[in-house]
Amino acid sequence: MLSATLSLASLGLIFGLILGLAARLFHVETDANTAEFEADLPGTNCGQCGFPGCAGAAAALALGQASATCCPPGGKIVAQALAARLGVVLDANAVSTQPMVANVHEDICVGCTRCIKVCPTDAIIGAMKQIHAVVGDACTGCAQCEPVCPTGAIRTVPVTVTVGTWVWPRPAAA
Amino acid sequence: MNLSLTPLTVRANRLMQRWGVHPQDRKAPASGTAITPLPLPEQLILPLSQHIGSPARPVVPSGARVLRSQLLATAQGRVSAPIHAPTSGTIVAINSAPIAHPSGLTGPVMVLEPDGLDQALASEAVDPFTLSPAEIAERVAAAGIVGMGGATFPSAVKLGLGHNQPIQTLVLNGGECEPYLSCDDRLMQERPEQVIDGGRIIRHAIGAERIVIGIEANKPAAIAQMQAAARDFPEISVIKVPNRYPMGSEKHLIAWLTGQEVPSTKLAADIGIVVHNVGTAAAIHRAIRWGEPLTQRIVTVAGGAVRTPLNLEVRLGTPVSALIEFCGGLVSEPARRVMGGPMMGIAITSLHVPIIKGSGGVLMLTEAEIKPAAAATPCVRCSACVSACPMGLLPLEIVARVRSNDLAAAQELGLKDCISCGTCAFVCSSGIPLVQYLNHAKGELAANERDAKKQAELRALAEARSERLQREARAKAEAAAQRKAERERARAAAKAAAAAKKAEKAEQNPA
Repeated sequence: MLSATLSLASLGLIFGLILGLAARLFHVETDANTAEFEADLPGTNCGQCGFPGCAGAAAALALGQASATCCPPGGKIVAQALAARLGVVLDANAVSTQPMVANVHEDICVGCTRCIKVCPTDAIIGAMKQIHAVVGDACTGCAQCEPVCPTGAIRTVPVTVTVGTWVWPRPAAA
Repeated sequence: MNLSLTPLTVRANRLMQRWGVHPQDRKAPASGTAITPLPLPEQLILPLSQHIGSPARPVVPSGARVLRSQLLATAQGRVSAPIHAPTSGTIVAINSAPIAHPSGLTGPVMVLEPDGLDQALASEAVDPFTLSPAEIAERVAAAGIVGMGGATFPSAVKLGLGHNQPIQTLVLNGGECEPYLSCDDRLMQERPEQVIDGGRIIRHAIGAERIVIGIEANKPAAIAQMQAAARDFPEISVIKVPNRYPMGSEKHLIAWLTGQEVPSTKLAADIGIVVHNVGTAAAIHRAIRWGEPLTQRIVTVAGGAVRTPLNLEVRLGTPVSALIEFCGGLVSEPARRVMGGPMMGIAITSLHVPIIKGSGGVLMLTEAEIKPAAAATPCVRCSACVSACPMGLLPLEIVARVRSNDLAAAQELGLKDCISCGTCAFVCSSGIPLVQYLNHAKGELAANERDAKKQAELRALAEARSERLQREARAKAEAAAQRKAERERARAAAKAAAAAKKAEKAEQNPA
């Protein structure tokens, strides 16, 4: 009993020491820029930009490997913030991504709660064997819920324009 | 009382005011017709959003029978207004229908089918001067009264504002500077005592010292009637203001009457002035004196395509088609259908859109009455828009920024001070739709602000979730460690007990 405890404890100690030393020796300096870019991104780690999470996208932005318009759920606001940080002029019309929102097809939702577990902003409500619903205001449209749904009940759809969100169109060329 | 008492400084200030335009007023022939009640239509369509602020929330179900003045939808939030039944009947649907909005989109509505009996709820009449200011504000809020000049801002908010400045002056706006419209003109001619009494009730509620009523010079009959009705009240002065668009704008009427300027981003209340439309004053009079919520309004039906232009007293929710029909129908296919005035009104595509609290006019304009839709030519920098802009902005410069998508620069040039009066587009010799650019830019700014707020909220949600996940993982690990420790302790205790037993046994049998 004693020998087992001692040997395990000493093993833990040795490995811990190695890990600690490795962290010191192979320390990677994170770019200050990366942190700033990360602060501009939504932080939902949805991966739609093609980089591993928001931190990955921030690193790519800092290295100049990603464009200011790389974040679809962020929309125009995030694109503008990133463009300002990158010092590039953003063509407002370049951000053509339609804002999306998740929507539950109530006829085929089986209430498995899988989407609830992956939602980065807790925008889906519901319980086991109960139909789920999406709180539109809290949804980024990141579509992480789509692949986990066993019945295809949850889908992202374009946000419908209402009287409250409608904006006067730009007059045709003049 | 009259111009001779106006201080010299105010008069000097007026000489400096060179803003605005003089469109043909085209008030006749509608302005010569007395207010006529419109018979009940077959259906009333009541949009839940007839005001600035949050839409009202329905409180009666579809299928319910309601009486006139009964509450149908209640206010939601601080800036909102309830909606009442304009007549007795049955709520047949609560759904979406076309409403008067520049987008042409549908909005949530309640559909009321009148039963023709027009039975009303019992109403309570009180003497307003026995009520406290807070009680008046409450009653005005409960009556669903909003600014009747078209802005539709809930009036009770203006009455109950936690004014950080004592209010000295109540201005009643009888400017009605939009061409064609004569609903306020007729109201002041036919029911001046209602306007005056409403003004006195508002004055009592906000504690103002004096009431100044500004009326444009093209309404001599209204001025005479109002002066006669105000004769007994020394605190009221009725002042003739020149015909000039946009004299009916709150800030410009204040500047003309008092010589004071409302600072940028501030409210009139910040300089001790509150402005209400004359129609709003009459509605407040009816709400307090007669206990009658806002369920009808006066609407001018005019334009070259209307057979007999009239001023009608219309139940809210009446479709535009019913008004046109009552006025003898159309003599020609209108080139443009407008709800409101021709300068700031909303172009409507369907005649099924209903009259709401802010609809002062329904205009069916012929080709000859509208500005020809010639293709815009490049800006020649004539600066006509700069001279005309009532807010003293540089529309051509702002629009140049908007066209190059530089909203920040446009904002620096005062985009947010623009009141969308359309004066710049009216005078533009190149036919540039300046006001549409400005509206577009203001809409984009508002949308960007909404988006930024949403992004911040989403970030907070994402952070809260990751924190929660970490906390849960930590709690799990701690619980596991605790269970392990307990197991160890139990095992040690068992061992010790066994050892003690053994020792005891050994003691008992030493031999």
